[in-house]
Amino acid sequence: MTATHAPVSGLLDVDKVRADFPILSRTVRNGNRLVYLDSGATSQKPYAVLDAERNFYERHNAAVHRGAHLLAEEATDAYEAARSAIAGLIGAADRELVFTKNATEALNLVSYAFSNATAKAAHGAALPDGSERFILVPGDEIVVTEMEHHANLVPWQELCDKTGAVLRWIGVDDDGRLDLEHPEHGLSAVLGKRTKVVALTHQSNVLGTVTPVRLVADAAHAVGALVVLDACQSVPHLPVDVHELGVDVLAFSGHKMLGPSGVGVLWGRYDLLEAMPPFLTGGSMIEVVRMEGSTFAPPPQRFEAGVPMAAQAVGLGAAVGYLQALRSADGTLSGMHAVAAHEHALTAYALEALADVPGVTVVGPRDTESRGSAVSFVVDGIHAHDVGQVLDDRGVEVRVGHHCAWPLHRRFGVAATARATFYVYNSPADVDDLVAAVRHAQSFFGTV
Amino acid sequence: MNLESLYQEIILDHYKHPRGKGLREPYEVEVHHVNPTCGDEITLRVELEGDKVVDVSYDGQGCSISQASASMLFEKFLELMQGRGQVEPDEDVLGDAIAFAGVAKYPARVKCALLAWMAWKDAVAQAVAGTPEGTS
Repeated sequence: MTATHAPVSGLLDVDKVRADFPILSRTVRNGNRLVYLDSGATSQKPYAVLDAERNFYERHNAAVHRGAHLLAEEATDAYEAARSAIAGLIGAADRELVFTKNATEALNLVSYAFSNATAKAAHGAALPDGSERFILVPGDEIVVTEMEHHANLVPWQELCDKTGAVLRWIGVDDDGRLDLEHPEHGLSAVLGKRTKVVALTHQSNVLGTVTPVRLVADAAHAVGALVVLDACQSVPHLPVDVHELGVDVLAFSGHKMLGPSGVGVLWGRYDLLEAMPPFLTGGSMIEVVRMEGSTFAPPPQRFEAGVPMAAQAVGLGAAVGYLQALRSADGTLSGMHAVAAHEHALTAYALEALADVPGVTVVGPRDTESRGSAVSFVVDGIHAHDVGQVLDDRGVEVRVGHHCAWPLHRRFGVAATARATFYVYNSPADVDDLVAAVRHAQSFFGTV
Repeated sequence: MNLESLYQEIILDHYKHPRGKGLREPYEVEVHHVNPTCGDEITLRVELEGDKVVDVSYDGQGCSISQASASMLFEKFLELMQGRGQVEPDEDVLGDAIAFAGVAKYPARVKCALLAWMAWKDAVAQAVAGTPEGTS
């Protein structure tokens, strides 16, 4: 369709980027070009990632950290090189980075460190040095926010159920920001000397809101709490440095950042990882095994039981390399700075275009200040599922529903929203197609 | 497959003008069903006289398909959904619900169409068993 926009600055060379993603050249329903606006759920994969995974299987495949043959050596080197590349992206040391199957598992790993430490302490079983802070007693408190994805909410609810700890939460204001001053659900209202964990998202998968992590982390540390960050929607989209954020552990998924599915990452301060009892147990996470009992390997191996997802880790390493090699079209920015600028420009353009459509309301910040590229919206008189269906009919693929953030939707009094998310391969033309399709939905359902 | 085959006039009509919407007294059994992927929900009541269902009432919120479907409470509809478009629909038996034949071609929407009907099936099963649980 004809572009209706003024030139958008700060973009990547989108045509060049798109050529790296084979799936983007296919057509979808009714022969329409694919307008993929669901990268917040999962991203598409460039040749660099597909080739890296295939090359691993074709040339180097073996079970890593086992065996002494050449392939085992090469596979282990490739797996550890991927760890190193990913650690480098977030300013971390290699040994602080644990591979998990996804971010959900990474967050569960942390919540289970608490319940496992608590269960072991109850009958005097051996625990790693420094594990006291993972032992909970009834009345201890865990703080989350009202904008969490279920993956950073349900594990903490479960932990409360298992230990008698109490869940508290920071509220969300009408603009979709954390309501830090709220009398009941503000930061100082929910933090206290019983707070043991503060778990929050870096960037809301629904609202796009980037939270003031440093501010929350400093307040949490002042009461001695551990700070857990869900970085699923930030590490793929923004420059992230774990030390600048000031958090203790952080989780993200590979598949949302051009990598394969089946691999995620937990980063943790090394002294904390050392103090955490294992989550999944079995092969390769042990030190010595006897019939009477076992001791465990130091991190990260302590948390990588079983033969790991080596090819997927290698693919994720390639995705990191791909992201770091990107340059903005005008050559001024590189790597994650260029990615962030590209998404910022598209988000501004989309927010402006949607604001011009009567009957469309964006749920979340309407400006681009501290905001990522998730743009969720409701259309008067048309349920999100029906909006999504009409968009899909025109090749525009968005997410509809509550996006695994049901309490947040309840907070805004909506059952479901339609959500567009942008990534490196999206263009202003994609936004134009989105807006045209939304207008078409309105005319199809006769709401305008 | 085009959009009009999914959103037939009769479906949009039921959506915009739902028949019999609203919960009624008395009732023997009330169930509450949700579609956890999208948050659509329905509360459905059935009233029995002996072993005969004499009233069905419902309230809910959701997409056009789930709400129109609730408006067309009709048993044969289930058979059509589970046929994934393979069942030869008999218009005389199905009535308005024949319009849902198009839904079967969109697997992601079948759950929307079935929401009210699964609730109805559950409510009737509970009523027949005489063990109302309130929710399910």
